[in-house]
Amino acid sequence: MAKAAIIGVGWYGPRPTTPEVSFREMVFEAASRAYADAGVDPRKDVDAFISAQEDFWEGIAIADEFAPEPVGGVLRPTFTVAGDGLQALAHAVMMIETGMFDIVAVESHAKPSDIATLGEIYDLALDPLHIRPVKPANPLFMMALDAQAYMLRTGADASHFALVSAEERVRGLNNPRASFAGKVSIDEILDSEPVMDPLTRYDIAGFADASVVLVVARPDLAEKYTSKPVYIEGVGFATETGTGTLEWHTWGRMPSMRIAALRAYSQAGIGDPLSSTDFAEVEDRASPYLLMSLEELGLAPEGEAHKLYERGEYEYDGYYPVNPSGGSLAMGVALEATGLLRLLEAVLQLRGEAGAHQLSDAERAIVASWRGPPTTTSAVVVLSGPSC
Amino acid sequence: MASEGKPVNPPGTYLKRQDLERLPGLIRYKPSVKYLFAAGEALSRFLKGLKEGKILGVKCPVCGRVYVPPRAYCEYCHVPTSEWVELPGTGVVHTAVVSYIATDRSRMEKPEIVGVIRLDAPGYREDSYEFAGLFHKLCGVTPEQVMDGSVIGMKVKPRWKPPEERTGSITDIECFEPVEGGEQ
Repeated sequence: MAKAAIIGVGWYGPRPTTPEVSFREMVFEAASRAYADAGVDPRKDVDAFISAQEDFWEGIAIADEFAPEPVGGVLRPTFTVAGDGLQALAHAVMMIETGMFDIVAVESHAKPSDIATLGEIYDLALDPLHIRPVKPANPLFMMALDAQAYMLRTGADASHFALVSAEERVRGLNNPRASFAGKVSIDEILDSEPVMDPLTRYDIAGFADASVVLVVARPDLAEKYTSKPVYIEGVGFATETGTGTLEWHTWGRMPSMRIAALRAYSQAGIGDPLSSTDFAEVEDRASPYLLMSLEELGLAPEGEAHKLYERGEYEYDGYYPVNPSGGSLAMGVALEATGLLRLLEAVLQLRGEAGAHQLSDAERAIVASWRGPPTTTSAVVVLSGPSC
Repeated sequence: MASEGKPVNPPGTYLKRQDLERLPGLIRYKPSVKYLFAAGEALSRFLKGLKEGKILGVKCPVCGRVYVPPRAYCEYCHVPTSEWVELPGTGVVHTAVVSYIATDRSRMEKPEIVGVIRLDAPGYREDSYEFAGLFHKLCGVTPEQVMDGSVIGMKVKPRWKPPEERTGSITDIECFEPVEGGEQ
């Protein structure tokens, strides 16, 4: 039994820079497309609006005051979620489930090209009392710490990360939304200078401006609006222990993703995600996290993800395709909109509208995203397409 | 005692700022976050207009509202705005305030008067709380006029910087000042 249905999607970007639009105009463009896709008038048909955003990324304190206008939420119930866009979607699903809302719009956007000092914002995410004073040279060092711990636990090495990075970036060449796609070989990656050992610049995703808007409806109303509804069967989100305290982070693992996945699977009635779903879109802002996530999502046995990846099981035409879109490594990290970009790609696959990278068998999908580093909150969604 | 007046050397220890900061338990951090906001389609055109000494607005094709500052869309109808209009620049003071204390609690040398100007724009419905307008500094009015409320409704116009000093910023207008003989 579906909990909610996605009846419309709209997006702007993702692209490394969007000087032609303000953040408001970017959101308006994405929202207009989503409402046109769903055939709804936001001023009449949408009951509530949710936006996922963070003040420091926006450069505006209390940025939620700016949220209603571009999505059509003026004088209507609108609120923001300071988290990944998938968390905003989880809130929309809960609102629909109360029975008080028929249609809820979900928005998230990112304009990292407006931020002149991204590194400083990452610094500000560190504990101010006992980590910031250490002044780590690169605030993304957590990615490499996780990578090292993962290698130690599983026996994977830098060549596995390079394989993921090369595969994702090459795959993105089929996706018009993948600005960071390119033909790159494993050897080129392994021979390039490390940014933070064992990660090279190819292993770390670039930043992208984007806005994604979803129109979410009560499942029994979906077919009134679209012939291609995508149903949300399960959604979970969770936060790990020791949030903000790097010392207590479970290095080389993502416990929040496992908790979120188990909740989403249980709602969807899924025991074995590999046999019950056809593909996954998984956030991978650094290549090791794709392998870690596969294990946490139950898509690889403990410590085996790198071996399965090496065997080609997750390739476009493999046993279980993961990120036919090229993932964040090919599309870029769109801050809080990152999870919605993963979701957008899954929705297009399920609707049979993914174009050059359309999978032949795409009826049920898993979407997983998380925020950080360093905070480790994850969200997982199980989707099924119109033909399911 | 009273005749001795204020004690010259009162007991106690003066702490300098550095002494305070040397105490364990106080951690100083000064963020240096910087942004380069893309003004976008609508506001870029508005800012270019300011450089030329013009105040531009844009009209919603559905409801006819004129937006100043301009938006690329109408927030009520959620449709793109399209028709640009040049406003005369004159307007009336809608609300105003005098500030004596700055954000850091220091007393300002000269009180500052800021307000919201309701611009003369086509289609304004009397008593509507929605209007084409600008927030700006007010000059040529006294704190007393603000405090007794006589500034409200006063007819004002922009005081422009000389053309060579304009940069395409809201500060190309120095302030709004009373129109001579225009007081109500």
